[in-house]
Parts: sequence; C-alpha cells; structure tokens
Amino acid sequence: MGAPRTLALWCPDWPVVAAGNGGGQAGAVGPVAVVDRGVVLACSAAARAAGVERGQRRRQAQARCPHLVVVDHDPGRDARAFEPVVAAVEAFTPTVEIVRPGVCAVPTRGPSRYFGGDEALAAKIAGAAGAIAPGCRTGIAEGRFAAVLAARGGLVVPPGQTAAFLAPLPTTTLEEGTLEEGTLGEGFADLVGLLGRLGVRTLGELAALPPRAVLARFASPGTLAHRLARGLDDRPPAARRPPPDLAVETLLDPPVERAEAVAFAARGLADELTGALAARGLAADRVAIEVETEWGERRCRLWRLEGAGAAALAQRARWQLEAWLTDGGLGPLTRVRLAPDEVRPDRGRQQGFWGGDRMVDDRVAAVLARIQGRWGVEAVVSGVPAGGRGPAEQLRLVPWGGPPVSPESGPGRERPPWPGRVPPPAPATVHPHPVPAEVTDAAGGPVGVSGRGLPTTAPARVSVSGGPWAEVVAWAGPWPLDERWWDPPAHRRRARWQLVTAAGDTHLIALEGGRWWAEALYD
Amino acid sequence: MGESREQVPALARSAGLARPVALASERVVPVLDTLRPLLPDGGLRRGSVVAVEGSTSLALALLAGASAGGSWCAAVGFPSLGLLAAAELGVVLERFPQVLLPATAGAAGWAWAVAALADAVDVVLARPPAHLAGSHTRRLAARVRERSSVLVTSGGSWPGADVRLSVVGGCWEGVGEGHGRLRTRRVEVVAGGRGAAARGGRVALWLPAPGGGVAPADVVAAPVVAAAR
Repeated sequence: MGAPRTLALWCPDWPVVAAGNGGGQAGAVGPVAVVDRGVVLACSAAARAAGVERGQRRRQAQARCPHLVVVDHDPGRDARAFEPVVAAVEAFTPTVEIVRPGVCAVPTRGPSRYFGGDEALAAKIAGAAGAIAPGCRTGIAEGRFAAVLAARGGLVVPPGQTAAFLAPLPTTTLEEGTLEEGTLGEGFADLVGLLGRLGVRTLGELAALPPRAVLARFASPGTLAHRLARGLDDRPPAARRPPPDLAVETLLDPPVERAEAVAFAARGLADELTGALAARGLAADRVAIEVETEWGERRCRLWRLEGAGAAALAQRARWQLEAWLTDGGLGPLTRVRLAPDEVRPDRGRQQGFWGGDRMVDDRVAAVLARIQGRWGVEAVVSGVPAGGRGPAEQLRLVPWGGPPVSPESGPGRERPPWPGRVPPPAPATVHPHPVPAEVTDAAGGPVGVSGRGLPTTAPARVSVSGGPWAEVVAWAGPWPLDERWWDPPAHRRRARWQLVTAAGDTHLIALEGGRWWAEALYD
Repeated sequence: MGESREQVPALARSAGLARPVALASERVVPVLDTLRPLLPDGGLRRGSVVAVEGSTSLALALLAGASAGGSWCAAVGFPSLGLLAAAELGVVLERFPQVLLPATAGAAGWAWAVAALADAVDVVLARPPAHLAGSHTRRLAARVRERSSVLVTSGGSWPGADVRLSVVGGCWEGVGEGHGRLRTRRVEVVAGGRGAAARGGRVALWLPAPGGGVAPADVVAAPVVAAAR
C-alpha cells in the first residue's frame, strides 16, 4: 500500500527566518544562529559560511564567528511566523497539514488535476509562498517524508519512483531531514547511529530488511524508520482544521502491565473526555480506545456509547483493557488514548423515577458490551425482520448495539408478501448450515419433483445427517421455489417439504439439485 | 443543573426505602397463563433453574410471558435457535439478545457468559455444553440464586434443576399424506423437580396453537405423583 502523493513546502532555516520576522533582530542578512539549550539549532547562510554548524555548542559557534547574533529558540514564535505561509498554501487547497513550523504538506490528488499537473502545482505554490518566505521550496513524492526530502532538492518525483528516489539517500536523512523535532525524539537519533554502526548506510538497505526483524531488533522507532524508508508514510496527511480534536490520552511511564492500574488511568481520561464533550454540548456515539505497548504494538477498538456518560465510558475502557491485558496477551502499555469517533448533540437522558426500565436497559447493555469486548462484536446478535422465504431468511442476525437497522418489515409496517414463504408456525430449531439428509420412497427408490412441481412418489423414509432411517408418517409439500433466476450465480431451484416421522421428529427438508438438505427442526 | 444531577442518587435511595420490600411479582417472573399449572409458583421463581427437555419451543414459550411483560431475556450457546418461532410464540426480539460463543470459548466461556447475563437479565436461556463440570453447574446455580434471575436450560442435561419440564409425545395436525401443512401440535408436558415441584404434574398443550402462541388442550390425566428424585 503506497502513501498518497503529497506536496511538501520546506522553508530552510525556518527558526532563523522566524527570529528575523518576529524578534526584530539582525534579519536574515547577517550571521544569525538560533540556540536551544546551548546548542545551535539553525543558522543563517552567512553564519554557515563563517563555519557555524548545527549541533555546535554556543561558545564554539561564537568562537568561529565573533559577530554571530545569538537568538534563543522559541517554538511558539516559529509557529506563529509560519501561519501566513500556511494561509498562502491554503489558497490552493483546504487540506493543509503542518508537519512542523517551516514544513507543511498537502495531498495533491485533487489540486494537481485542477492546476494542470504536479509540476504546475509545485511551481504555483512555491511562487505564492515564496512571496512571504523567500527561499522556500516545494517537492512532490508519495508520502510526506519523501515529499519533504524531495522539497529539499525542489524535485517532483514521478509516480511510483519514490522508493527508488529514497534508496540512495543516507540513513542520516531520517534524523536531520524531516523529523528533527517533535514526534520521534531521541530514540531516533540513537537508531540512526546504531544503523550506521551495523553497516546499514542508505535508506535502500534499511528498506530491504524484513519488517518483522526490524521490529524485533529496533522496536517502535525502527518500524517507523522502516516504513519511511520504504516510501510508506507514518500517517496520512490530515485536514488542517479537523472537527475539534477532543481525544484525550495519557502516557504511562513506567509502562504498566496491571489492568487495574491502566483502568484507573482510563477512568480519569473518560471524565476528561466526557467533560470536554459536554462543554461543547456533545455526547460521544462511538469512542475509539487505543493503546500502545512498550514494543510499539497498537490496538484499537471502537466502542459504541450512544451518548452514555463518563461512568459507562470508563467501564468500557476498563473491560477492553482487561480483555487485552489478561486474555489478549498484550505487553506492558505505554499509552492509552480515548478519541471520540462519532459525536452527536447531547439531548440528555431521562431515567425512570423509580429506577425503572432505563436502568435495567443500561445494565443489560453494559453486560452485552462486556461480552462483545471479550469475543468481538459478532458474539452478541439480535434478530431483525427481513424479507425472505426460508425460516433463516425471514430474520437477519445483526450485531448487538450496531447502528439501528431499518427493518424491511416490522410491526409498524405491512409485511410484504413473499410468495412461496414457508408457512407458519416457524421451526424452533434452524440449522445454521443445512444438514445433508436422504429421503427414499417405500421401495427405497429416489423421490423427486416433476416439472409441474408434483412429487414423483411419496417419501416413506428419511435419514438426517447419516442417522438411522425413520419412517415418514405424514408429509406436506413439495413447495417448489425458483429464486433469483435473473442472477445466474445466485440462482437457486429448490423444493421444500415438511416430513413428520414416526418418532415424532418433524423436519423442514429441501431438495436441491438432486440432494436433500435438512434446514430446520420443528421441536 | 449540577445540583439536580447530584440529587439523583439520593432520590434513588429514598425511592428504594419508600417502596414495599418485596412484591409478589418480584419473586416470580410471570409466564403465559397456559403454562402456569406447570410451575409450582405459578411462574418462574427467581433464583431457580428450570430444565426443559425435548422441546425448544417449550423453552421459548416459557420466556414469552416474561418478555411480553417487559423483562429482558437472553440466549447463550444456541447457534440454531429459530428466532422466528420465538417471535411467533411472543418473545420480543428487541429484548432478546443472542450470545454466539466462539469455538474457542469452551465450557468455561459458556459459564462466564451465563453468569454475566444472570447479573442483568431476568431469564437466561442456555444450552449446557456437552461436558460441563459439576463445579460449573453448582457455581452457576448459586450465582443465579444470588442475582435473583432465572436460568432455563434446554438441549442439554442439568442435574439438580429446581423444575424439570419434559415434553412427551407430540402429534402434529394439519398435515396428511402429501396434503395440507403443519398447523398445530398437541404435546404433553410432564413436570417434576425438587421441593414444591416434586409433586409433579402433567398438562396437555397446543404448542404451537392454531393461531400461534400456546393454548391449553383438554386434560387427559389428573396430576400424577412423579417418581421421587
């Protein structure tokens, strides 16, 4: 699965540019360095010419370039200064994702088509943004990481060539290219050093390693680096202004293995989330409970809440976490996150004055949700009226708690006619899969249905699923069915019979293609 | 707003204090009138286990009265339950969830699901797995008693059930040699069990009755004394 084609806009030495804009300092002309905790984070071209480099100590840099203007790093200032640039890009497409101050990405699928191709789009955006931030460059490739690297060279990588474009680049680009601050942290710098010592020097060599081995050896940062090296993205570009991001999460340090301890953390999160939703007049219909283990393994399960409160959410989180930790064999957790997946206006809930039905319903829903947490959503089902002729077709089984299904027929509506429907009463046992059976006449010969829908002979004996032969004392049918004749793959021709045996067993049996199937038992 | 929310638990407490201690209807889950003679308390006594043998329809019919009265019922371990028949007998499907156990669940998973449901619903219909340990049955019976729900078993053995209902002899009407269709069935139900149920009973029923549901048939035999268990 490839990443979507993405355009990246990269402004070189952004902290220096931002310092020039916001701080009113020497501007981008003279030697300027932005220093974070005594280490040079970025420097202007003039400073670079004088021998200042990223990662130098402040004192060392000042020794090389005595006129150096030193500015303290301020991420907030960088972000504020970048906003006009993003606004300029936003004139072309609404979905702008800020990777970090100085770098933003947009998916190109729609805009490229509108503006006449990747090259034209890249040139237009570079021109518009360049008016605000001179020297910025654009690049297009598959995935944000590759796009940012392409932007450094101002390249448009042809479709499908991203892996080839990345392969010769050194692994150090992982560290210093796109992700210098933010998501990956120090583990990534260590990883690049380790890869170099192990002889993995280019992204192509890293991509050639099997993913499982990379995960086993380098854990989560390794997997991420491996994905990036293969030209897959760590995450798809998201909209710049998503609906209010109300997800709450907690980092567990040290990692926690005991379900109770995680559940305690989840309880706080649930209160926080429902509080944030309530402040906006919203209630969560569906919440994603996500965890991440020490080993980078992630699990996510969606829980339907239907507007229930914080206690219900905390309970669901606890059950889910218990299920994962005790039955699922998940390792120690480092992160728990609750994200509202679907929200709706909160209309409130009314409970019966004497603690009536409403509370019982809540208790039942809680237990059923717990069972679904253990065995999956399909473990609890309910029957919904549906159209059909056979006993198994007239009711459809849908997972409990799913979105409400509009019944095709129900008490409120008139039941549409289904000619050839098996007449009531319905059988109490319906085999989930039809069971093979055999039916013969009194002489042991075959029983069939003629072209006019009449039985060739009377059925006299029946054996279901290879069991003993039983004498047929009464029978009804056959009711021939010719279903879905307009759709050759789904076309079925069957004839249904009701057979009552001497022992009292009563079967619903179908003859199809010369073979007999027991469909249900009237017991 | 905030204050009134805080008052809800207090109100619920005072409601609990104010209402009668135990209504008769709270000790017994109602059943269809036709089935009342079968049960010693005239209904499904809370905390008891009822074992139904030989008929899934009868087990569903036992649930119908409770379900129609607004109770929740649930079925565990019946992949082949005919829900259409349940609806025809009077079970409300919106309050009748089915738990389909995965193959890996085993007897322990079955027991866990039954115990979990016994906490919440009034009647649990369950099919005991083939090899159910005695410890499971004892623990579940204790759980059901503690939670005041009713366990109805069908399609498997349950030693030590409080009430035991067996269907003997069924005779379908409406179907002949190649004509007609199944319309109604006359069955005889033999009741037995422990305690008050030990005196036994025998009732003839139309199950299902001609128009759906359950109807009494003419009684052919006076209540007989069941063999002491």
